[in-house]
Amino acid sequence: MLNYTPKQICDRKALRINPAKTCQPVGALYAALGVHGCLPHSHGSQGCVAFHRMYLTRHFKDPVMASSSSFTEGASVFGGGSNLKTATKNIFDLYDPEIIAVHTTCLSETIGDDLNALITDMSIPEGKYVVHCNTPSYKGSHVTGFTNMVTGFINYLATKTGTSNEKVCLMPGFVNPGDMREYKKLLNAMKVPFIMLPDTTGVLDGPMTGKYEMFPKGGTLINDIKALGDCKETIALGVQTSEASAEALKKKCSVPFKSLPLPMGVEATDEFMLALQAFSKEDVPANIEEERGQLVDMMIDIHPYTYGKKVAIYGDPDTVLGIAAFALELGMIPKYMLTGTPGSQFESAGKALLDKFGVEGCTVKADGDLFLLHQWIKNEKVDLLIGGTHGKTIARAEDIPLVRMGFPIIDRYIHSYMPLVGYKGAMRMAELIANALMDYQDSHCEEKDLEVVM
Amino acid sequence: MASDLREKVLEKYSARVYKNRKEHVIAIGEGNKDTITANTRAIPGIITQRGCCYAGCKGVVLGPIKDAAIIVHGPIGCAFYAWGTRRHKAFADEKDGEKADCYLEYCFSTDMQEPDIVFGGEKKLKQAITEVIDIFHPAIVLICSTCPVGLIGDDIHAVARWTETELGTKAIAFSCEGYKGVSQSAGHHIANNQLIRYIIGTGDKEPKTQYSVNLLGEYNIGGDGWEVERLLKRCGIEVVSVFTGGGSYRDLKNSHLAHLNLVQCHRSINYVAEMMQDKYGIDWLKVNFVGIESSAKSLRDIGEYFGDEELKARIEEVIADEIAAITDELDYYKSKLKGKSAALYVGGSRSHHYQLLLKDFGVRTVLAGYEFAHRDDYEGREVIPDIKPDADSKNIESIEVEPDPKYYKVLLTQEQKEKLLEKGVALNYYEGMFKGMEEGAIITDDLNHFETEEFLKVLKPDVFFSGIKDKFVTQKNGMLSRQLHSYDYSGPYAGFRGAITFGHDLVMGLYTPAWSYIRAPWQKVPSIQGTLGGEA
Repeated sequence: MLNYTPKQICDRKALRINPAKTCQPVGALYAALGVHGCLPHSHGSQGCVAFHRMYLTRHFKDPVMASSSSFTEGASVFGGGSNLKTATKNIFDLYDPEIIAVHTTCLSETIGDDLNALITDMSIPEGKYVVHCNTPSYKGSHVTGFTNMVTGFINYLATKTGTSNEKVCLMPGFVNPGDMREYKKLLNAMKVPFIMLPDTTGVLDGPMTGKYEMFPKGGTLINDIKALGDCKETIALGVQTSEASAEALKKKCSVPFKSLPLPMGVEATDEFMLALQAFSKEDVPANIEEERGQLVDMMIDIHPYTYGKKVAIYGDPDTVLGIAAFALELGMIPKYMLTGTPGSQFESAGKALLDKFGVEGCTVKADGDLFLLHQWIKNEKVDLLIGGTHGKTIARAEDIPLVRMGFPIIDRYIHSYMPLVGYKGAMRMAELIANALMDYQDSHCEEKDLEVVM
Repeated sequence: MASDLREKVLEKYSARVYKNRKEHVIAIGEGNKDTITANTRAIPGIITQRGCCYAGCKGVVLGPIKDAAIIVHGPIGCAFYAWGTRRHKAFADEKDGEKADCYLEYCFSTDMQEPDIVFGGEKKLKQAITEVIDIFHPAIVLICSTCPVGLIGDDIHAVARWTETELGTKAIAFSCEGYKGVSQSAGHHIANNQLIRYIIGTGDKEPKTQYSVNLLGEYNIGGDGWEVERLLKRCGIEVVSVFTGGGSYRDLKNSHLAHLNLVQCHRSINYVAEMMQDKYGIDWLKVNFVGIESSAKSLRDIGEYFGDEELKARIEEVIADEIAAITDELDYYKSKLKGKSAALYVGGSRSHHYQLLLKDFGVRTVLAGYEFAHRDDYEGREVIPDIKPDADSKNIESIEVEPDPKYYKVLLTQEQKEKLLEKGVALNYYEGMFKGMEEGAIITDDLNHFETEEFLKVLKPDVFFSGIKDKFVTQKNGMLSRQLHSYDYSGPYAGFRGAITFGHDLVMGLYTPAWSYIRAPWQKVPSIQGTLGGEA
């Protein structure tokens, strides 16, 4: 497996090998699915949206709908205006969404289609909406696309009426519906009225009912997106993913924001709870305090298996930082932290985490890839890998246990229903990490050393 | 009548969409001529399941060539999505002392950034090629372009020539921008053209036996190609190369020396089959190793082509032995599946092949369609002269080849070919999907989400065979959906053994206990038990 990867680090300036990111539109598509009654629309050639739907379907094992402008060579030369116009008419005729959320691809971005103008000129049925954002694939990553789509909804819809609705605008970051459910649980427990954008619960973790709904129950309501302008404040979770959207809402509707890391592990969840408490002035209820206590109890129980263990973490910037923070809390050493998404914020935040715990000798890199990560591991091995599916070749090649967290996970089931955030999510991370390390011990120790009790 | 049912679904369209779609959706028979419109552009916004030219070129035809370093020139997405997602299996191997590397675990891209779009990406592409050669030492570099490359004017063909002269490594460029043509199909054609231009005919390793074949349009999904190779080898037939599942540049370059081409997927590789016939005189035979009857017929047809009695006897032995080995399981799965009905919507060939396998189990096909097949795949190659190229496909290059002065050979005389035809072996011909289909079956070309839902609602098949994007939509409606692209991570489905694996998977899907739990018990019983309005 991966036999051609040399130990000697190669000096690469142009060749990307085994990326730890994908392109913008898939993130925009995911964000748009988190709006109720919304059909995501990809303005480009149809191959992109086929790929994006395929990838999200494989991650969530649930239907993923989106349409395309289906550019042909002619449209690529003369512009895709008429394709978009035809598409919009057909979509409202046939599928009747409340809103169409358009994103772009490298094709329509390169030819420079002016979506603002195209949408302004369009005849949109009464009571329906068409919004857009620009998602050039040659900039940033899928995380950037997610951010851009959330910002797109805000730019088109958020309105300040002047009367506060006393709510929090919660920006969840690029996380699974399982995580979003956990946020809601905590917000409700803290009696914080909120609007979350986007909200993919009930969309991508829907039940089996025997009846397919093209527009499932879940998703942020359009009226709620409008009402974001009247929120008292924004809590933006995941600095690299959510801060730009929070800025946009501040700029448009003067809603102040607080930018927090994803609430993964003890301290980041504590910080999130304090932010909620500062808003509602409510006491943290006993059952949440109990959860926190259970988590710390578990961390102490499993420390003989986690302490000092070296881990390589790869994936999306905010997710990697969140997992690394928890790994540090478990006494582990996040030897390598790598994201494919460019941005210096990742590296400085990663280094700050390491400094806080006084851990040295670790590497943090943005804009890296899994080929590089594998080479690092060949030079200095780790005990555990944490990330999405594509690390499984490294795990097998180097015989390192892999814990799947983040995006995309296309070779396992059920994960997207379960949280990684909050105290509950940290318990799940603790169980996954401890089990992986202990299973490894069971399968690799000498027979005479196999323990019945661990 | 099926045509009434078809009308009922289509009448919900606006006039403009109706006018387009009515040509793509037909009912077989019922007094009508079975003719269809296909390979035209998708309607914007309709939710087509189609992919693009790049997917057809890189994802399908080139991707499986294991010893080629394939660099995707573009932003990261296209390379990422085609990384390991299509299950064309392969491993590095050695054949007669010649090694073929396997790079399928790797994904290579130039990861274009904004400055590359603005100032051009040729420099970065050259650098990426230099790096891939330094690190991997591949036998060949293939360059695939994506949407923006054609628009910004990067000359990838010049970069390929530069690679050969400056770096001394063979390189071929493929202008397979996603917007070309109307579907994956254009990408197949573009890949085929470059294969005949630059790879086929460049080797000189003669086959070891006189019964040598190339397996064309077999991508070894889930190991299908290996199962077919196993059968052929048992019969004493030598496989020179496979286009392209598990295949290698090492073998492809010698393919012109084989004696017969076997075509599994007609759509994706018929161009190579035709051009090899023109250039090297090699005849091709449409085979189908999906299905028990079809596999047996395919093997017998090959025997007839070579005409050797000993070979024919061995083929009969192999067929008898393979069938004997599966009889018990076949009977069991047949007893569980007989009388069921199926709908099939796959890319460009499986919707036909799998109908024949389903027939082996007594399963009827009520609807079948292709994403991107052409009329000849539906109606048979005899309609090719009637197919008029439209504006969208005119730009896809069609190349003419001349007989090769060194390698052109004729194996069968015209008389021999006519004799073969009398025996039911049609060389260089494909009959298409329609001919074997039942009256009243619905055909849907470029089936979209709306029609999928509507047709499944009225036809109520027991299973819908389609792809990943349809699977969970169908299952949420309480209907089994099995994937015929990825085989739901199972397989092989080819050959006699593969048929049993398929039967197992279908029975497993239909009889899995969870289907019976969709409705909660409290939804099935009256919620309030008691008396109404004071009745005693």
